[in-house]
Amino acid sequence: MTAPSPARGAICIRDAVKIHGTDSAGVAAVESCSFDVAAGEICMIVGPSGCGKTTLLNAIAGFHGLEGGSIHLDGRLLCGPGQPKAPIGPDRIVVFQNGALFPWKTNLENVAFGPIVQGRLGRKAALEKARGLMAEAGLRGCEDNYPGETSSGVRRRVEIVRALMNEPVVLLLDEPYRALDSLTKSVMHEALLDMYYRNRVTIIFITHDLEEAIFLGHRVVIMTSRPCRPKKLLEVDIPHPRDYAVVTSRRYRELVHETAEAVHEEALKAFDLGEREAAEGGRFAA
Amino acid sequence: MGLGVQPVGVVPAVTADTPAGAAPARPESTGGDRVIGHGGPARFLALQWLASPQPYLMLIGYALFLGSWYLSVEVLKLPRFAEMPGLTTVLREWVSTDPTYGLSIHTPIYYQHILVSLRRIAIAFVLATALGVPTGLLLGWSRRFRDYVFPIFEALRPIPILAWVPLAIIMFKGSETPVVFLTTLASFFATALNTMLGVRAIDRTHVLAAECLGASPWQVFRHVVVPAALPYIFTGLEISIGVAWFSLVAAEMVSGQFGLGYVINTSYTTVEYPNIVIGMLTLGVVGYATSAAVRLAGNRLMAWRKRDLALVGGG
Amino acid sequence: MTDVSLSSQAAAARFFWVPKGVFTEGGRRALIAYLVVLIVWQLGSTSEDWLGTKLPVLGNVPSPASVIRVWAALIHDPSYWMSWAMSMLRVLEGFSAAVLLGVPFGLLMATNPVARGICLPVFELLRPIPPLAWVPAAIIFWPTQELSIASVIFLGAFYTMVINVVGGARALDARFVQVAGSMGGSRWNIFRRIVLPAVLPSIFVGMEVGIGITWEVVVAAEMISGGGGGRAGGGLGFFIWNSYVGGSYPQIIVGMISIGIAGSLSSAAIRALEPVCAPWLKAR
Repeated sequence: MTAPSPARGAICIRDAVKIHGTDSAGVAAVESCSFDVAAGEICMIVGPSGCGKTTLLNAIAGFHGLEGGSIHLDGRLLCGPGQPKAPIGPDRIVVFQNGALFPWKTNLENVAFGPIVQGRLGRKAALEKARGLMAEAGLRGCEDNYPGETSSGVRRRVEIVRALMNEPVVLLLDEPYRALDSLTKSVMHEALLDMYYRNRVTIIFITHDLEEAIFLGHRVVIMTSRPCRPKKLLEVDIPHPRDYAVVTSRRYRELVHETAEAVHEEALKAFDLGEREAAEGGRFAA
Repeated sequence: MGLGVQPVGVVPAVTADTPAGAAPARPESTGGDRVIGHGGPARFLALQWLASPQPYLMLIGYALFLGSWYLSVEVLKLPRFAEMPGLTTVLREWVSTDPTYGLSIHTPIYYQHILVSLRRIAIAFVLATALGVPTGLLLGWSRRFRDYVFPIFEALRPIPILAWVPLAIIMFKGSETPVVFLTTLASFFATALNTMLGVRAIDRTHVLAAECLGASPWQVFRHVVVPAALPYIFTGLEISIGVAWFSLVAAEMVSGQFGLGYVINTSYTTVEYPNIVIGMLTLGVVGYATSAAVRLAGNRLMAWRKRDLALVGGG
Repeated sequence: MTDVSLSSQAAAARFFWVPKGVFTEGGRRALIAYLVVLIVWQLGSTSEDWLGTKLPVLGNVPSPASVIRVWAALIHDPSYWMSWAMSMLRVLEGFSAAVLLGVPFGLLMATNPVARGICLPVFELLRPIPPLAWVPAAIIFWPTQELSIASVIFLGAFYTMVINVVGGARALDARFVQVAGSMGGSRWNIFRRIVLPAVLPSIFVGMEVGIGITWEVVVAAEMISGGGGGRAGGGLGFFIWNSYVGGSYPQIIVGMISIGIAGSLSSAAIRALEPVCAPWLKAR
């Protein structure tokens, strides 16, 4: 990766409101949600399943719009009054929960996809650059395999490299390590931090795992259950660069201790909400 | 309804009980492994198959089938089977250099019939694919196109292909065009429908990912929609070739000269019964060969599917 | 290709375009499409009158106006409805037989590897031969024409049922069986409570595909065998062929549309049966 680019990617969310479904039967996924993400920082969003965090992420990426409030990127309006939906673009790239590598392209072709379709690089140049990036990220050797032939841990890393290849302003990660076992996860964390240190891209990372959040993030935003809004903000003052030894440090344990109760409270609320909805809606609720 | 969705079928019995295949490629390594040694996975699979009960059960099955045919017609001479051509009669006819009923692998007219049928199938299949795949892609991808075209499509699809025969004869001159038209129509429905399903079955996150990475709608179509739909398209093509044979045989039986369906029909009216069976068997072989050809083409185009860890050792 | 083909079969079979009402955008567009088709059809079929020359393909087709006129008259004709009844009866008989025999046979093949090893290769050998190719052989074999037609109808649908059932049963998640076994289920119970319900969707897919094939064969058989006295002959296929031979071309189209409607009705009936037998599938 080249020298770190100047800090950009500051996100400003103000009073965001997102309602799913039509007005009368609509369900508010996000309501009165306001918080900031500083340029170049790793911001972790923690919350129970179904609380609306993915909805927020999708609004930033431009997959859908907001019914109210606004989102700004580096002072520029992404979506809000006058522009209900942000444009989808390679400045804000999403890494999806279930993986979205194209199974019909090799890993290398996947990584090189962005610049090729944007017309920024010719095919040969893009493939070469992709090869270099993958080697830097420790993925040498699997370039010519198809995603289906590689393990899920490797696939996640390839997908992140695919995103970083386009030098995005913001990297949006939607529970990318959810399906991995905790041993693989710890390796993934270090790999992610390694990539982050190379180019200081702003990262917004959604997770339900508090410990993952505190390990990785500069700041942790704990969301309420649906409709989501920030319940508690935590500044993680453990210095970067971090490695896995941090997990055993006292400060880390203190931070977990401070926030665990808040998270658990919301988890219980979400669980109750889920139970209620299953009872009302489904004929064959568990 | 109609023939649009004839099943392609299950994994053939030969591999159905083979233990989970060759060792899957180890992750993070460079491509294939040399775990099996010379000959590779194919030889390994073959040996395993021979060691399993599969081939012997298969032989028992064929023996029972052919045996009962032979016994009931030629040995026991059961009354119901009095007029049926016997197994040995048919086989002798098929390979004789001077067949009593004029049809054997040594007579040129045999191959003429085969070629005529094959030619019709080829034309119909190519036409149906060239029209059906784009139609299906559009039906799946564009809401507007679907709203206008699908209602007509679905109104016509339930009509059995043979019900079109008289109309086809009226519409088109000659005896060849109606036959090809009917076959093309049947294949077209199957291809277009399955292609449309393929497009609708695409994982939306792939589309979103491509858009995030800066792809224009056309690029999304080319790099995501078409490759993702390809497995379904090929399923549609396999179904379509089966449907094509079905319709062709029917059309040939009703109208038209030459062709395997024609052979089967006229052999009945001219009381040359062994030829009926020869025709049927030939139909089976040729039909299977064409299906296999389509399947092979699909496998080559979709190499990435064969190597998918999830599929190997699974279904 | 098993996974793709079976699931796409299921989706395809379920694909029944239901007009959501004329006032939705989709409904409006459909209406426009029908109108355009009708106009083009009418103009093309009467091209000789207003254009002077006959258009190549469309010019030979009877006009929609004549079709409607003829159909209005036919509605009062009992023999027209008799044709309906005869075809539907044949379809019902052949199809029920195919299902009643095909499902158990398919399940047997699916659960018993020996039966499968013996029977499936023969099945696969005979599969590429289209059902209609069996007609002459069936006529030679069976004493009456009706029986030969029925046997061919049976064959077509039987094949489909067996293959779908076998496919569905083979795709069953082995873990379900393991869980039941570890909870102390007997073989019969496992079969009845786990395998059977899990195979039900494939049975329905097989039925929806099979009914289509049944109609194809019924129409073909009726057209080929012609009208005979009594039970043999008659039916909508014969109606179409007869109309062609007799030169009343608009009736051909009436027959085609009638069969299309009849086929759609039978498919819809099967589709309506599914939630009754397998209510848990509605959640999908």
